[in-house]
Amino acid sequence: MHSKDHIIKSYDQELDRLTGEIARMGELSVTQLEAAIDVVERRDERAALRVVENDDAIDAMETEISHDVVRLLALRAPMARDLREVFAALRIAADIERIGDYGANVAKRAIPLSMVAPITHARSLRRLSELAAVAVRKVLAAYREGDAEAAYQVWEDDVKLDEAYTGLFRELLTYMMEDPRSITPCTHLLFMAKNIERIGDHATNIAENVWFLVKGEALEATRKKGDETSGPELEEGI
Amino acid sequence: MSAIYTRRHIKNIAAKVLATAAIIIGLVFLVWILWITLVNGISAFNWRLFTKITAYGPDGGLSNAIVGSLIMDLIAIAICAPIGVLAGTYLAECASSSKFGATVRFLNDILLSAPSIVLGLFVYVIVVIPSTSLSGGAVSFSGFAGSVALALIGLPVIVRTTDEMMQLVPTTLREAALSLGIPQWKMTLQVLMRAAMSGIITGILLALARLAGETAPLLFTAFGNNYMSVHPLDKMASLPVAIYQYTNDPNPTLHAIAWAGALLITLFVLALSLLTRLLFSRKKVSYD
Amino acid sequence: MTNLAAAAQTPSDTASVNERTKIKVRDLDFYYNGFHALKGINMDIPEKKVTAIIGPSGCGKSTLLRIFNRIYAMYPKLEAQGEVVLDGENVLDKSYSMNRLRSKVGMVFQKPVPFPMTIFENVAYGIRHHEKLKRKAMEARVEEALRGAALWDEVKDKLGQSALGLSGGQQQRLCIARGIALKPEVLLLDEPTSALDPIATGRIEQLVEELKKEYTIVMVTHNMQQAARVSDYTAFMYLGELVEFGVTEKIFTKPDKKQTEDYITGRFG
Repeated sequence: MHSKDHIIKSYDQELDRLTGEIARMGELSVTQLEAAIDVVERRDERAALRVVENDDAIDAMETEISHDVVRLLALRAPMARDLREVFAALRIAADIERIGDYGANVAKRAIPLSMVAPITHARSLRRLSELAAVAVRKVLAAYREGDAEAAYQVWEDDVKLDEAYTGLFRELLTYMMEDPRSITPCTHLLFMAKNIERIGDHATNIAENVWFLVKGEALEATRKKGDETSGPELEEGI
Repeated sequence: MSAIYTRRHIKNIAAKVLATAAIIIGLVFLVWILWITLVNGISAFNWRLFTKITAYGPDGGLSNAIVGSLIMDLIAIAICAPIGVLAGTYLAECASSSKFGATVRFLNDILLSAPSIVLGLFVYVIVVIPSTSLSGGAVSFSGFAGSVALALIGLPVIVRTTDEMMQLVPTTLREAALSLGIPQWKMTLQVLMRAAMSGIITGILLALARLAGETAPLLFTAFGNNYMSVHPLDKMASLPVAIYQYTNDPNPTLHAIAWAGALLITLFVLALSLLTRLLFSRKKVSYD
Repeated sequence: MTNLAAAAQTPSDTASVNERTKIKVRDLDFYYNGFHALKGINMDIPEKKVTAIIGPSGCGKSTLLRIFNRIYAMYPKLEAQGEVVLDGENVLDKSYSMNRLRSKVGMVFQKPVPFPMTIFENVAYGIRHHEKLKRKAMEARVEEALRGAALWDEVKDKLGQSALGLSGGQQQRLCIARGIALKPEVLLLDEPTSALDPIATGRIEQLVEELKKEYTIVMVTHNMQQAARVSDYTAFMYLGELVEFGVTEKIFTKPDKKQTEDYITGRFG
């Protein structure tokens, strides 16, 4: 996505390598999320374990990107757009790594969930995860194309994901009150939904970084919070 | 692949051999000259050489010629050094790229290579003849006229070396001085000339070495004198002229004295060369 | 005059309001043997800040610097048109005294050029031309200048020795001392570290940082990292034109002009 016309050709190659790594890592994280939702629906424990194990690959890619970024900073002393490119790569890689973690968390909870009686609400989870996967795909495309506007769109669309999460949250809450036996599976679903909602937040983080990378300034603007379930945020704990 | 390198290797050796041979030929003649001068000069190189005058002939020495040479050389340098240094400075500082400067440099080069006998005749016409007619014959040939002729020989050497030495002073030194608000004349005299000093002095010593050995310009100007004369308006003896006269004499004793005189001049020039070397190596200023 | 001022490049963005302009350049054109070397330069150089001028070789950055103290006037066939206003007066005006200009605007060059004198004399020489000082006062001034150039401790025991015996970095600091000894208001640095090793360069950069408390510094450099490290404002010049002039941080993170960005990211073809 950067213009390939540095006087020093190997500099171009190194930047290309970096953007390529981000793209592959991003693709892998979306695949993980989709696989996680699949195993929830298929109630397949072994497949769930595979998804959890695959997360190591994403972590390894993040380590590699950090290493490349440090080397680029030290050896090339990037300036202006190149500097933003390298800086954004580091931050985006961290966000993708978290997305991978949440995907793995969803798969992890699929294992106890598959041990209890199936519940219908698992399908609402798919809708939520599709929204998240689309957001991640779109923001990665925006990153590849250097398209700040497309990134901004993802950033705005996060409200929909938050709303969907809030809806699911209320639904599950009602269900648990109706039938106390469903509390265990519904709690698992609730945590999964929260994880997926968090993936959406990381997609917006990436969108902000794409905006900064292209425009050189922070994407500021007050964002309307769609998630009204929690007063003060307790995100990581849930 | 080796053919090309072998060919180059042979060419390399051939070039080295030729260059070394050229050096040897040059050195052989130089050493030969010095050797013959030394061998022949040493026999008459004694105390008498410095104490007796030439009037005693074979029983005499060269004291009047030595004194005459020293006086005339010093007066000549006193005349040509200030003029030459100032002219060279002018060329470097004020006319470094002007047409006028280029013309002056060209003329100076002509003067540098002018036959010294011509300069002697020139001084004969502009100094000796007018002084004879002005003084009613009391002053004709004189040490002063000889000095003027020698000065004309030394002048272009000094102009040339000063010009070049001043141009070697980096431009940034000029800019640095000017940027402190120092006016050009002050900068030239106090900064640039100081930076080029060892080079300029070297030029003056080279000029001295050059004119110390000149005979031709003195024949029609200082003429020569068999007696001790220290008055610049008198006819004056000089080493080169004494040598010239003695070698034309059939008396072998006089030949020996002439050789001793030649040795003396050679040692003098050698000493000057060593002095310039010393000066240059000790005060070497590098701005690169 | 008002619309001229409007066209001038004041360092854009976060330039704080209470900054005073030290040098105003207005419609400056420069001709070099008929070659149009600087084209309509307008810029406001802020007081007591470091302004770096960067750009490829031959872009006119050194030429611009040399106009500020009229050192270009020592060469024939050079002509400057327009105005360089220092504290309200046009220094290009023939009536502006050279002595005054050069005591107000000091300059340090690419290669250290100490005069062939003692260390003490190197500093005292310039002062002596402008003011008559008693011996004690002169010694105090020389010490002050050498301290200002962070050289005093290294040379205080050998003030009588030739300046040519100092190291390159020391010589350059001596040249800075020589410049600040005249108590100028502006210091022009023409690639002051390009002949020095990284350690000596670091010392000079540290010195520049300290000197900007008292002097307005304009520095030409080929080293972009150096401009980024030491300057408050950076001007980018290309082919005799001032392309962009702004806060250094902005120029190096998000320049407005593509030419600037291409140059600083190493994309110039």
